[in-house]
Amino acid sequence: MSVIISGLLLGGTYALIAVGLTMQYGVSRIMNLANGENLVFACFIAFWLFTTFAINPIVGIVLIVPLAFVLNWLIYTYAMRPLVDRAKNRGQLEVDSILATFGLLFILQGIMKLTFGGGYFNYNFLAVPVTIMGSNYGLNRIVAFIAAAIIAGALYLFLNHTRYGTAIRAVAVDPVSAGLVAINVPRASAFAFALGGALTAASGALLSTFYTFNADMGIIFTMKALIIVIMGGVGDVRGAVLAALLLGLAETAVATFIDPGLTIAATYALFMLVLLFRPQGIFGKRPS
Amino acid sequence: MKRRTMIKTVAAATLAGVLMASGAYAQEVIKLGASAPKSGPLAGGAEVSHWPAIKLWLHDVNARGGIDVGGKKIPVEVIEYDDRTSGEEAIKNIQRLATVDKVDFLVAPYATGLNLATAPLIAKYGYPQLAATAVTDGADDFAKRWPNSFWLLGTSASFAESVADVLVKLRDKGAIGNKVAVVNVADAFGIELMNAGKPAMEAAGFEIVYETSYPLGQQDFAPIISAAQAAEPDAFVAFSYPGDTFGLSAQAKIANLDVGAFYVGVATAFPAYLGANGAAAEGVLGAGAVNPDAPGMAEWRARHKEVTGVDADYWASAMTYSSLQILEQAINKVGSLDKAAVTEAIKGGTFDTVLGDMTLDGNVNRKFWTVGQWQGGKFYGVASTGIGGEAEPVAKNGWE
Repeated sequence: MSVIISGLLLGGTYALIAVGLTMQYGVSRIMNLANGENLVFACFIAFWLFTTFAINPIVGIVLIVPLAFVLNWLIYTYAMRPLVDRAKNRGQLEVDSILATFGLLFILQGIMKLTFGGGYFNYNFLAVPVTIMGSNYGLNRIVAFIAAAIIAGALYLFLNHTRYGTAIRAVAVDPVSAGLVAINVPRASAFAFALGGALTAASGALLSTFYTFNADMGIIFTMKALIIVIMGGVGDVRGAVLAALLLGLAETAVATFIDPGLTIAATYALFMLVLLFRPQGIFGKRPS
Repeated sequence: MKRRTMIKTVAAATLAGVLMASGAYAQEVIKLGASAPKSGPLAGGAEVSHWPAIKLWLHDVNARGGIDVGGKKIPVEVIEYDDRTSGEEAIKNIQRLATVDKVDFLVAPYATGLNLATAPLIAKYGYPQLAATAVTDGADDFAKRWPNSFWLLGTSASFAESVADVLVKLRDKGAIGNKVAVVNVADAFGIELMNAGKPAMEAAGFEIVYETSYPLGQQDFAPIISAAQAAEPDAFVAFSYPGDTFGLSAQAKIANLDVGAFYVGVATAFPAYLGANGAAAEGVLGAGAVNPDAPGMAEWRARHKEVTGVDADYWASAMTYSSLQILEQAINKVGSLDKAAVTEAIKGGTFDTVLGDMTLDGNVNRKFWTVGQWQGGKFYGVASTGIGGEAEPVAKNGWE
């Protein structure tokens, strides 16, 4: 039982990490390698707000999310739009965006190092035990899990039950046809990119309550998010959440019953199975 | 016309010659090269133990007017490069420091791996290498292979065996029973300590009830702590690196892991450990230590904070500073900047450092702190290889 709860909590964390990238890659078609840096940046901001102004990280999210939204909008408009305009097809855009965001990764990392240095950071927030069925779990992880559920739920409702959400899904399916039915594709793409960045930043703020982070850690999160996004099916929020939970459960089960050293192997084994048998992702539709 | 040109040339050459000669004899500044991580996985540790200690020493030595070389005080300047925690990068940096910057001496790189990666090159250029942040069982072999290298921080075997000794002390006091859970990070330091520590604990009559390793960079420690908890150990020992030291401790606190002894590895001695764990740090055992009550230590720590803006750790910070004190005193003794002579002087001498008198017997420091414990907000050495002044280890009493 404790394995299942720990696994779900871990999966919730992973879902948080991946949901932002799903939006950015699925809708805007930008494979954002700087996703993890975006997340760590939010960790630092949350840390700074908490230690300097004693602002509770949950409240901090209210400040961080709009900031990240604007920042990512600007990044999309000034750094990514030219690539989108230039790209002749989706493949070329992916290659270009990977290269561009690879550069962005180093810029963000450099800024963080310049401001905060290379040291390890963490702080104590809600690190109190909560007993569920005889075992203790950190309250901060439970809060992160609930937040992940709320964020994913809200995103799902937005995408499937609002007009603009439907437009965004249309862009995800086919940007060209979406343009033909009077959807402002460039704006929808920018919006999705900014929204993805804002979601990633929100996860960063939540993660910072229980992770020990430093300026170099972004790539770890990017890798995890990448696996989850591809497993879940590109641009599919439900798939990403399910993949994240599966990954969390698998890692915890392997760590508990086999060996903690094999969690990474378990991750990639699962990844390979999905690639072999459902290359379009768990919920993805087979390309026609 | 021609003659005038020739006169000019000769004059210029003479002048240059004079300048060069005077440059060689009356050096205006001693150049010290430093290559260590400012980014990459080890940057977190280097930012605590390595760079600030160099900064403090540089401040101190220049406040005295510089290093006394044969009666003349010469100020010191440090040239810093980031090796990005990569051996190849570190080698390039050393090459550049030796050939382009033409530094007079080097600060040894940070941590075991980078010191080993650069040792052959440093030996080639003949600089003394005072490795202050390397813990390795190979110290004696390396000292033989590279006679210019010095190993100050100790051997992994002593670190691991001391853990067993401390556990025995606690068992004798009735603080713990016989059951121990041992985990390690699957990386050089963790593996070496596990290989030495497990037999030592078994030899001391402890029963290993849970044992596992986890990969470097692990963030989720809930499964490890709950599996260890299920084995109902009396003591928990983790040969861990900074990230996992923090992660394991946080998880142990949340799970309320009920043990009489809790040991985690590198970074337990960092001020950030106390910051992150607060009252829960009380009674936690960890790798390395100093004696914070030794003469001059409190004053040195206060100055460290004042000059660098950050707190020194309770382990390698003082050793890094000491390594530079050794270098300075060896230069004083020789009275020149001759690398070979200074290396010889380091071999023979006894040096007055912030950690007390230090002798490098066969290029290796034989007296070092191995285990420390948080007691009342300070990290006290509870085991060493014969330094003296060890504090008594106490039982871990809950996480509040």
